[in-house]
Amino acid sequence: MPERENWNTARAEQIIAAGKEREGPLLPILHAFVEAFGYVPDPAVPMVAEALNLSRADVYGVVTFYHDFRREPAGEHVVKLCRAESCQAAGCEALADHLIERLGVGFGETSTDGRITFEAVYCLGLCSISPAAMIDGRLVGRLDVKRLDRALEEVVR
Amino acid sequence: MTIRLYVPRDAAAVACGADEVVVALKIAAIAAKFDIEIVRNGSRGLHWLEPLVEVVTPEGRIGYGPVEPEDAAALIAAFAGDGSHKLRVGKPEELPFLKRQTRLTFARVGIVDPRDLDDYKAHGGLKGLEKAIALGPAAIVEEVTKAGLRGRGGAGFPTGIKWKTVADAKIDRKNPADRKYIVCNADEGDSGTFADRMLMEGDPFCLIEGMAIAGVATGATKGFVYIRSEYPHAVAAMNAAIDKARRANILGTKILGSSYVFDMEVRVGAGAYVCGEETSLLESLEGNRGTVRAKPPLPAHKGLFGKPTVINNVLSLATVPVIVADGAEAYRNFGMGRSRGTMPIQLAGNLRYGGLFETAFGITLGELIDDIGGGCSTGRPVRAVQVGGPLGAYFPRELFDTPFDYEAFAARDGLIGHGGIVVFDVTVDMRRQARFAMEFCAIESCGKCTPCRVGAVRGAETIDKIIAGKEVARNIAVIEDLCQTMKFGSLCALGGFTPYPVLSAIRHFPEDFHGTPLRVAAE
Repeated sequence: MPERENWNTARAEQIIAAGKEREGPLLPILHAFVEAFGYVPDPAVPMVAEALNLSRADVYGVVTFYHDFRREPAGEHVVKLCRAESCQAAGCEALADHLIERLGVGFGETSTDGRITFEAVYCLGLCSISPAAMIDGRLVGRLDVKRLDRALEEVVR
Repeated sequence: MTIRLYVPRDAAAVACGADEVVVALKIAAIAAKFDIEIVRNGSRGLHWLEPLVEVVTPEGRIGYGPVEPEDAAALIAAFAGDGSHKLRVGKPEELPFLKRQTRLTFARVGIVDPRDLDDYKAHGGLKGLEKAIALGPAAIVEEVTKAGLRGRGGAGFPTGIKWKTVADAKIDRKNPADRKYIVCNADEGDSGTFADRMLMEGDPFCLIEGMAIAGVATGATKGFVYIRSEYPHAVAAMNAAIDKARRANILGTKILGSSYVFDMEVRVGAGAYVCGEETSLLESLEGNRGTVRAKPPLPAHKGLFGKPTVINNVLSLATVPVIVADGAEAYRNFGMGRSRGTMPIQLAGNLRYGGLFETAFGITLGELIDDIGGGCSTGRPVRAVQVGGPLGAYFPRELFDTPFDYEAFAARDGLIGHGGIVVFDVTVDMRRQARFAMEFCAIESCGKCTPCRVGAVRGAETIDKIIAGKEVARNIAVIEDLCQTMKFGSLCALGGFTPYPVLSAIRHFPEDFHGTPLRVAAE
C-alpha cells in the first residue's frame, strides 16, 4: 500500500486549494483526501464546506453516499473480492468462505490488529476471467483457492 | 535485429500476470543476448489466452498463450529459432473466435499501441474527425442518425436524435459560462460487462475522437469522461491519451487546425453503481450525492450544470468515428430490424471461452454460448444465462434461439443492456440469484424513490421466506406484486429493472422456488 500521511490541516488546505477551482470540485477533492490520508477525516468536512460555500450537511451527505469515501482508515492491506453475478457463476462464494476463515474477518471488517480490511466489490470488469479480486490495488483473476492464497502471500505476509 | 513483442496492458491480461510476463521476458532476452522491444497493447479479447504474447514475424503477428513467467526463457528461444512452442496459437486473427467477428468499434483494440498516436493514425485514426470537420454539424448529425446507432449503454435510444436535440438547443455564445457539454458514461458497473474498459485501455484515442466529433456536431465545447474508480487502468490510459491529444491539437481551441473548440477531462466515480444511470451521473459530476433526477427535463435540454448535454456510453461514442469515416450506409448494412450495426458482446461467467465478441446484431444466444463460448468452463451443462447485467433477465436453454437484438429480447421480457452475458452451470440456485438481485438493488439504491428504496429491502426479506419454505405460494404472489410496483413506480432503471432478474428466475425456473431445488434432488 502507498504510504499515507497523518492528518494535518495545512495539507488539507493545500488539497482544497488545488481542487476548488475545477468544475464540480467536490468529488475530486474528496478523492484527493483519500489518496493522501487513506480516508476522509471528519475535520475535513467543515473545511471543505467552508471553501466551497456548501453546508456541512451537504458535504457529509456526499461523503456518506459513496462507498469509496471511507470515514475511518482502512487496514494496512485491503482485500476486495468481487461478489457480482459473473464471479458468483464462477464460484466466488467458496472463495469468500475461505477468506473469512483465513483472514479472520468478515466483509466490511478490519482485523483487530489493523492488518487487513476485507471488502466486497461489485464488478472489477474482469468477468471473462472470473472469479477476480483486487489486493492492495493489484488485480488478480482466474482465482481458485491456491491462486488466491499465493496472491495474498505476496502482499500480506 | 530487434524483435518486437506485444504483451497487453489490458487489466484482464494484467490480472492474469501480464506484468510479470513482461519482466520475465526482458530478463530472459538479456540472458539469451536477444534484442526485444515490448509494446503494451490492448487485449484482443480472447481472454482464456491471456496473457497473450505476440511476436512480429515476416508472416505477421504470431500469438502464444496463456503465458506464465516460467515460459519466458523457452519462448525467447522459440522466437530466436523457428517459433515452435507448445503455447503457440498461430495468427490471432485466424482463430475462429476472432475470425467470426465483425470488428468496427473494436477494430484497433489489441492491435495498436494505445499510447502511440502515430500508430492510431496509421490504423485509420482521425479520419472520422477530419471528415466531420469538413462535413459540419448538421451533416454529422444526419450521418449518425442514418446509421441507426442506438445507445450502447443499454437504453438503446437513437444517438442521432439525442445529438440533434442538443445541437438545436440555444445558448448565449458571448457568455463563456453558457456552454454545452459532452459527457461520456464510463461507469460500467454491470457484472458481465467490460467492453468500455477494454476500449478505453486498448484504443483511448478512438473515444477522444468520438467525443470531439460529438462536440463539433452539437456545438459542445467541454467533455467529461466519468470512469468508475474500479477501473484504475482505464483512468490512466485515458489521461495519458488526452494529454497526447491536446499536444497534437486534437483537443483544444483549434482542433485539427479548424475553428472548432473542444477539450475534455477524466472524472473518477466513487463506487456507486447507480451513477451509471445518466441523471445520477450528472449529479455526481456536479459534486452531489448520486441521486436520480426526474425526467423531464431531459439532459439534452438541462443536463450538466443545467446546460444542454449529450450523455452517451463509451461504445456509442467510440463507434461514431467509424460511422463518419466510412459513411452511415456501411454501418447500417450490418444488423437486423431496428438494431443496426454491430454490438461488442461480452462473454463471461462460467464459460470456457470468455472475452469480447463484436458482431452484427442478429446472432442467437445459443450460438454465442455454445458455439463461440464453448459452454461452461466447469464442463457441466449450462442452466441459465443472465443477459444485460444485474438488471437483465435470466434465460433458460429454451430461449437460446433469441436473436441478439433490442426488440427480440424485449419481446421475451429481457434486455440486451450493455451486451454482457453471464453463464451459469447446473449448480446455480435461482432463488439465490433472485435474492441477490433484490439485495444488490437495496445496497445500491440512491434512496430517492420509495419503490426502489423500500421495495428492494422487502423483496429480499420475502425471498428469504421463500428460501426458508414459509408460505411459498403466498410469498411468490407478494414478490410478483412488489415487482409490478417497482417496475412501474421507480424513477430509474435500478428499481425499475430489478424485477427482470427476479421475475424471470421465478418464471423460467419454477422448480427452484416450488419445492426442493434441482441441485439437492440430484445429489
